[in-house]
Amino acid sequence: MIALIIRRIFQSFIVMLTVALVAFTLFRYVGDPVSQMVGQETSIADMERMREELGLNDPVIVQFARFAWNTLQGKFGISYRLGRPVNELFVERLPATLELSLIAALFSIVVGIPMGVYTGLYPDRVLSKVFQAISLIGISLPTFLIGILLILYFGVILGWLPTFGRGEVVQLGWWSTGLLTVSGLKAIIMPAFTLGMFQLTLIMRLVRSEMMEVLRTDYIKFARARGLTNRAVNFGHALKNTLVPVITITGLQIGSIIAFAIITETVFQWPGMGLLFLQAIQFADIPVMSTYLILIAFFFVVINLIVDILYHVVDPRLRFDKAVAAG
Amino acid sequence: MKSVVRIQNSLHRFFDGDIWYSFKKSKVTIIAACVTAVFMLAAIAAPLIAPHTPFDPATLDLMDASTPPAWYEDGTAKFLLGTDDQGRDIFSTILYGSRISIFVGFASMVLAMTIGITLGLISGYIGGAVEAVIMRIADVQISFPAILTAMLIYGVAFSLLPNERHEDLVVWVLVLAIGLSNWVNFARTVRGSTLVEKNKEYVQAARVIGRRPTTIMFRHILPNVMGPVLVIATIGLAIAILTEATLSFLGVGVPPTKPSLGTLIRIGQDFLFAGEWWIVIFPGIALASLVLAVNLLGDWMRDALNPKLR
Repeated sequence: MIALIIRRIFQSFIVMLTVALVAFTLFRYVGDPVSQMVGQETSIADMERMREELGLNDPVIVQFARFAWNTLQGKFGISYRLGRPVNELFVERLPATLELSLIAALFSIVVGIPMGVYTGLYPDRVLSKVFQAISLIGISLPTFLIGILLILYFGVILGWLPTFGRGEVVQLGWWSTGLLTVSGLKAIIMPAFTLGMFQLTLIMRLVRSEMMEVLRTDYIKFARARGLTNRAVNFGHALKNTLVPVITITGLQIGSIIAFAIITETVFQWPGMGLLFLQAIQFADIPVMSTYLILIAFFFVVINLIVDILYHVVDPRLRFDKAVAAG
Repeated sequence: MKSVVRIQNSLHRFFDGDIWYSFKKSKVTIIAACVTAVFMLAAIAAPLIAPHTPFDPATLDLMDASTPPAWYEDGTAKFLLGTDDQGRDIFSTILYGSRISIFVGFASMVLAMTIGITLGLISGYIGGAVEAVIMRIADVQISFPAILTAMLIYGVAFSLLPNERHEDLVVWVLVLAIGLSNWVNFARTVRGSTLVEKNKEYVQAARVIGRRPTTIMFRHILPNVMGPVLVIATIGLAIAILTEATLSFLGVGVPPTKPSLGTLIRIGQDFLFAGEWWIVIFPGIALASLVLAVNLLGDWMRDALNPKLR
């Protein structure tokens, strides 16, 4: 177990190093950092001095080491577009994106698993067919279109929910939360639904197919033969055994939720990191782009690591196999 | 004459085969194929069938701006699906928009397929360190959502290109960005099939008679691994069209001067609050039905070509 964790951490480290290298290459070679920072009138001699001060004349390896060291300390440079330190910008935006992603993930799990269980248990009922149709639409409709349709119906026609922004936010230290005010809660409903919809269909389809597979196995038949209640068989035996792949996929999807938040944030003008990244792309704001890249990679790596470890905790067979192989 | 007979024979074989049979049996698939075909034809023939030329400013009249669809009281039969704020006919913009969407989708899918097949064949057939390097790169890339990679490539490409060239090159940059971010699935599948094929006798025979490795890979192995590749290519087309639409919607894709379906939806979003829903809903329906149809075709193909389900 410990050997596995160490190996995984080492792999994650390699991935982070690769991403940092890509980010560094962007930072250093796409556009000239000095000419981005100075005005029109700066003389060539001044620019040369700045180059020397910033260490851009040092060997590439030294520069990369310095870049990595700064990144570890949270010094990501200064945004070309906004002229402010990048880490300040991200600290401001991070809570919005994380709250949105978390609510979306919770929504997709809490709704998706029961829908999957139901369609798996009763594949021929009308409601199951309805769920299946919804899931097909959820996969084929682009996220932004779902968002726009929601805005049109609940925002414009009915006028029930706000169509953009986060509503009122409350500051808890550096963390700004919209979950404590009524307007904030109202504002998060549509974005979270939009963002969670794709994950919901994915989870539902996965649970459904896993359930159908598990229900055919001998131990389920045996459990029924023992006279256990339907409830005990369906939830205690069947659902429990479908959860391993569900945990894996759901866990890995949390990373994509954070990345796909870019789209939802644009539709609803949600002031998160995604919107910041998108504006950075349009203005070729390299420090913001590379920081976002590193941050997202970090989220992905950490989530993958946790999922891998959980996998071994949840599934006793994996532990057992390892023990047998080792012994 | 001989070639006619041969074509007749192969057609005969196709219509007798079980792939055609499973196609005929599934109504949903037939509808999906029809929808896809209509879109492809409409895209190719857009200049011929479009009632207006929406991107020629000379033909536009601001008096026609924001006309609702024809079945509304204020609508006219001249503009079937209404017009946008500049008096452009929505139906015509959808035709021209699908043209760009389908072109970008197709071209980037072909690029992804070419890269994926080549790298997959090489890593499967040659193996060793080459394989390890290619597959590790694939692992790292697949752990990020493709759309993020595409955005990043787009951003980098444009900060490298001079500003005045952006508009001419944008379609190609998109093809490159989407193509480069979707090759991994092709490569993994082809590698897997190649690993199986390369130990078969026909490959050994080809090796014994001294054929070059590239010939063996592309002439002998490739035709035998094309089945799964076709399935991935169909689903890949849907993904590519969707990715292009999303990027254009986000404003990092095709510019409004020559809009794709995604750009049309982006433009139309601003008019939602004025109640002019048709500017955004019709391109949206077009995009969704196109993607749904291609996805359904892909689903059918996966089942039809899967030997386990036959």
